[in-house]
Amino acid sequence: MIAVVTLHHYLIISGLLFALGMAGVIARRNALVILMALEMNLSAANLALVAFSKYNNLVEGQVFVFFVIAIAAAEVAVGLAILVALFRLKQTVNVDELNSMKR
Amino acid sequence: MNPVWILLFAPLAGAAVITLLTQRWRTLSALISCGAILTGFAVSLWIFWALGASVELAPAPWQWLVLGERVKIEFGATVDHLSVLMLLVVTGVGSAIHIYSIGYMKGDPGFSRYFACMSLFTFSMLGIVLSTNFIQIFIFWELVGVSSYLLIGYWFEKPSAAEAGKKAFLVNRIGDFGMMLGVLLLWSFTGTFDFRELPARITTVPVGALGWIGALIFCGAVGKSAQVPLHVWLPDAMEGPTPVSALIHAATMVAAGVYLLCRVFVLFAASPVALMLVAWVGGITALLAASIAIAQNDIKRILAYSTLSQLGYMVMAVGLGGPTAAMFHLTTHAFFKALLFLGAGSVIVALHHEQDIWKMGGLWRKLPITFWTFLIGALALAGIWPLAGFYSKDEILLLALRVNKPLFVLGTLTAFLTAYYVGRLLFVVFFGAPRDPRACDHAHEPPWVMTLPLGFLAVLSLAGGWFGTVPYFLDPKAEIEHSRLGYALLLVPLAGFAVSASVYAKTAPNDAPVRKALGPLWTWIEDKFYFDELYLWLVQHVQGAMAAMCEWFDRWILQRLGIGGLTSTVNLAGKTLRLVQTGNIQSYVFLFGLGVVVILYYVVVR
Repeated sequence: MIAVVTLHHYLIISGLLFALGMAGVIARRNALVILMALEMNLSAANLALVAFSKYNNLVEGQVFVFFVIAIAAAEVAVGLAILVALFRLKQTVNVDELNSMKR
Repeated sequence: MNPVWILLFAPLAGAAVITLLTQRWRTLSALISCGAILTGFAVSLWIFWALGASVELAPAPWQWLVLGERVKIEFGATVDHLSVLMLLVVTGVGSAIHIYSIGYMKGDPGFSRYFACMSLFTFSMLGIVLSTNFIQIFIFWELVGVSSYLLIGYWFEKPSAAEAGKKAFLVNRIGDFGMMLGVLLLWSFTGTFDFRELPARITTVPVGALGWIGALIFCGAVGKSAQVPLHVWLPDAMEGPTPVSALIHAATMVAAGVYLLCRVFVLFAASPVALMLVAWVGGITALLAASIAIAQNDIKRILAYSTLSQLGYMVMAVGLGGPTAAMFHLTTHAFFKALLFLGAGSVIVALHHEQDIWKMGGLWRKLPITFWTFLIGALALAGIWPLAGFYSKDEILLLALRVNKPLFVLGTLTAFLTAYYVGRLLFVVFFGAPRDPRACDHAHEPPWVMTLPLGFLAVLSLAGGWFGTVPYFLDPKAEIEHSRLGYALLLVPLAGFAVSASVYAKTAPNDAPVRKALGPLWTWIEDKFYFDELYLWLVQHVQGAMAAMCEWFDRWILQRLGIGGLTSTVNLAGKTLRLVQTGNIQSYVFLFGLGVVVILYYVVVR
């Protein structure tokens, strides 16, 4: 039996990946891990874009993905920098303790 | 510029100039005010003279307020026999009183303010007389109320005067509210406010509605002309300076109600019920006020109740279907009542502001001019032949005899009482021994500015009624009957005089014999039939209870439940929403994600 891989398969994988990333963002306490989970969300989006691009014979999706990867790299750099600065300030990366937005 | 506008606006201009510019120059203020009203008098005389020639005297009306198709209110001037008669009365008697005021108010700190108010009043009164429609007359009606308030409370530093002004204004407001409703009701049926269109338009109005309209408009006259049950303000209004009482509360303003009734008589003529109401209110006022007048001790209050009673006569005459007779009596009454008030003013000034008649006495030697003119006024008021009051009162009584016998009895009784209290006033004030020798010794005749108007008004009171000139002027077809019965009625006031002479024509008169004869009734009369007490009770308990209810509703329902409920709801919502703000990024992300899911759900599934 030859398994035919359709757009739906990609999209389901992408959705699962996004949900996993979202769960990580919401549930994990370590800011570093949250950042990693965030990267997973971006990957899910990239996957969906590439899949659409392939199945619709359009090149724009792949162009988008390039942009997303480039900006994600920059974002990770900024994010990590913020994390380091935060750790220096608060001596912790546990987000439960980082609730200064309440005030 | 049309002379009628000059007549109307000269006093207003005078009031404005005095208030804004000449407060400090007292003599100039007085001259401006007197000049304004004398101009008015001259113009009135000119109109009177020109009325015979068939020229259009009334100025072109000015479209003042146009609200859509149905409501067009103009500001115009009526010039017909009725308004010209009233103009002559207002400006003629008014001029005399203005001039008299120069002497009476001499040395008063508010001299200029007084004359400004007098001019404002004159303007408002002339406005009423000249009005062409209900809205215009209502505006001037209220202006008269305001200027009356200002003048009654002229000595506002005296609490009783301030109270009296307030009372007059509020009591008048009650009547005016009825009048406003009547005018609106009339408009809803006929679609017009204009007096000239009334006769043609009211034919389509059902008689029942006309009765209501008449009764409501009559409310305005009840307030302004101080008829029972809204008469209580007039006696208190005597707190104002005496010339004010003469001008406003005897000659002109209180006559405005009667004038209004005559002006829209066509409305009443169409409704027998309204006429009946008017006649009885007038008759009852006449008798009630005359009976109260016999037991008063303040010279001005006696005259005030007398005014009420005479106004009752006029209103009764309108109600009996005789606006001509009413206007006749209005005119003569303006003459002799103004004269009496000014005479009383002379006495008051001579005795250094003493108003209690029991502290006067024997003044006829000291104040001969005042005495003789006062005597003429008093005899005219009592209706003695051949003075003015005789003719006009006869008109009314004979009319009553023809139309309504019970009212004739009431009117005759009033005539008797009138002569009686006039006699009492004369005997106590001018005859007998001086009861306050210290004050009476220094009494002397007032200056010529005060005696001249007295003489002028005395001449009018003597001649005002001769040959029925006034009724002929108003209605050339009028039949003036002076049957033998009319002269027989002369016995009534003579009897009144005789009774009062038997009681009071002594060296030291007092009320004791009458008090004994009347028994408990005297107490009732002396206490003015407890109208004030009744109203006080009503205000305290009925109106007070209503106010308490409103206060309760306001405090508990509106404030606590309405406004308080609203604020606490918002407050609670705010407190609840504050719990959402945890400061935890992850919960924000969670809610954000939830929001996206919800939106997606709605976009995709729905």
